[in-house]
Amino acid sequence: MQKLTIQELELKANTIREDIIAMLEHAGSGHSAGPLGLADIFAALYFDILKHDPTKPNWNQRDILLLSNGHCVPVRYAAMAEAGYFDKKELMTLRQFGSRLQGHPERQRLPGLENTSGPLGSGLSQAAGMALALRMNKDLFRWIYVVMGDGELDEGNVWEAAMMAAKYKLNNIIGIIDRNNIQIDGPTETVMPLDDLKKKWESFGWYVIEVDGNNIEAVIDAAAMARAVVEKPVMIIAHTIPGKGVDFMEYDFHWHGAPPNHEQAVKALHELRTLGGKIKSEHQ
Amino acid sequence: MHLVAKDFLKDKFEEEPIRKGFGHGLLEAAKQNEQIVGVCADLTESTQMHLFKEAFPERFVEVGVAEQNLVTVGSGLAAMGKVPFVTSYAAFSPGRNWEQIRTTICLNDRPVKIIGSHAGLYTGKDGATHQMLEDLALMRVLPNMVVLAPGDSVEAEKATLAMAVDPRPNYMRVTREATPIFTTADTPFEIGKAYVLTPGKDITIIATGTMTFPALQAAEMLYKDGIDAEVIHCPTIKPLDATTLLTSVQKTKAVVTVEEGQIIGGLGGAIAEFLGEHCPRPLKRLGMKDHFGESGAPAELLDHFGLTAKHIAMAAHQLSQ
Repeated sequence: MQKLTIQELELKANTIREDIIAMLEHAGSGHSAGPLGLADIFAALYFDILKHDPTKPNWNQRDILLLSNGHCVPVRYAAMAEAGYFDKKELMTLRQFGSRLQGHPERQRLPGLENTSGPLGSGLSQAAGMALALRMNKDLFRWIYVVMGDGELDEGNVWEAAMMAAKYKLNNIIGIIDRNNIQIDGPTETVMPLDDLKKKWESFGWYVIEVDGNNIEAVIDAAAMARAVVEKPVMIIAHTIPGKGVDFMEYDFHWHGAPPNHEQAVKALHELRTLGGKIKSEHQ
Repeated sequence: MHLVAKDFLKDKFEEEPIRKGFGHGLLEAAKQNEQIVGVCADLTESTQMHLFKEAFPERFVEVGVAEQNLVTVGSGLAAMGKVPFVTSYAAFSPGRNWEQIRTTICLNDRPVKIIGSHAGLYTGKDGATHQMLEDLALMRVLPNMVVLAPGDSVEAEKATLAMAVDPRPNYMRVTREATPIFTTADTPFEIGKAYVLTPGKDITIIATGTMTFPALQAAEMLYKDGIDAEVIHCPTIKPLDATTLLTSVQKTKAVVTVEEGQIIGGLGGAIAEFLGEHCPRPLKRLGMKDHFGESGAPAELLDHFGLTAKHIAMAAHQLSQ
């Protein structure tokens, strides 16, 4: 696959955001803030970082991408469609009866999904199991990427997995925390303070990289650095803006679990299509 | 049916904990298939996984006292083609990690093999916290899950070998204390099959796990009293063997179920649901009736909670009147 330029990747991220807004408005339910904030990371993953082949979702040399915070799956569906896993028209079936695009991801319904998730806190354990299996198979050139939310870190299961991945020195795991500081009931530091997240993970035996998660170049660089780390699993703490790209959604926790209505979607799409007013929309 | 050729009431049977059968079965299965891995939550010897660990240290994973991680690591291993056996005490797994089993194993359809040891009243002196009585109900309600409760250590070994080649998620409960061995190497075992151990025409006694032996004893008592009881051993609680159960119940007049666990949702619940829909019969369910256990010697507890041969025979008498 030919590498895209950073500018091209940014346009991919913008397209993913437009699709997220359109899907959520059409579905009438779902989560807005997280998927929008993750669009840059998913553009970086699907169009630069991951070793994968959309025409062969079960390719036995692919990297594995686990989405632990399953409620953010619209960003994954949009990125997968953009990458060619399925026709983009199918995005409009999100959350509808009979759709392969379930409200929370179900592995068996859609080739290219690697796990079934929604209930939080189990992605890192699955990553640990997969990483151990690769190690046992002497399959040393594949990575397990696992995207997690920051509110998700309230779950005890996460820290069980964190200890174990460090114990077994699973450096083939690269975690990405979407550090957007919001969860359903409010700011993460009000609901359940995470304090110094970098120190927490370091004290659990992880190598930690902090990065601006809305800067695609920085995310790609962080992933490259993570792959070079030996003896330790790596956690990339990606600071993102929830609702990124849509002015009235940014930083507002009320958009964690809500979709835009028609009027809001029109406004959001206009902003995305004009790149925040920088260019003229082709739809005008 | 091929059983140990002895008098169930008078003769002394060799005894062994059912969990030992699992330990031997896992070792044997692991020799046959190098994809088998073992994962344990700080109870390696208690759950008899140490035999496997000693033989295949590179295929053994210790997760510490972390049962949520235990089963979910299993899901990840299975995703990459491994056949993971994950062990703990039944009170903790599946007692503590039901949601992870539901989402990452059953809905995700990964063939993880969950072993819950120290199940039931036989856990005795440890008391109610450790006497897992709800595991069959918890696992039976999950789509895709197969639920097993072997009757003795010989059968547990066969069940383990069968699990190793079964493509579905499986749960098997095993017991800590030694219990009588009544099956032999030649006794058949297949996942999904129930077995008529002693044929009869008056009443059907359906038992699972450790309760099948006292059910066989009860049948001998009943025979002396002129009641011809058919004992069905039901080591697979899910899926139920509909054909064997219906064939028996259509010929007899009443049914007794017996298990070392909650009748709500357990074997008793399963049989009541099944017969209620397909072949209603007078029914008595022996087991734990919506209460917890307590500390005590297993024999004391089984007597107190009405789970001995005498109690089974009494229930059959009541139904025969």
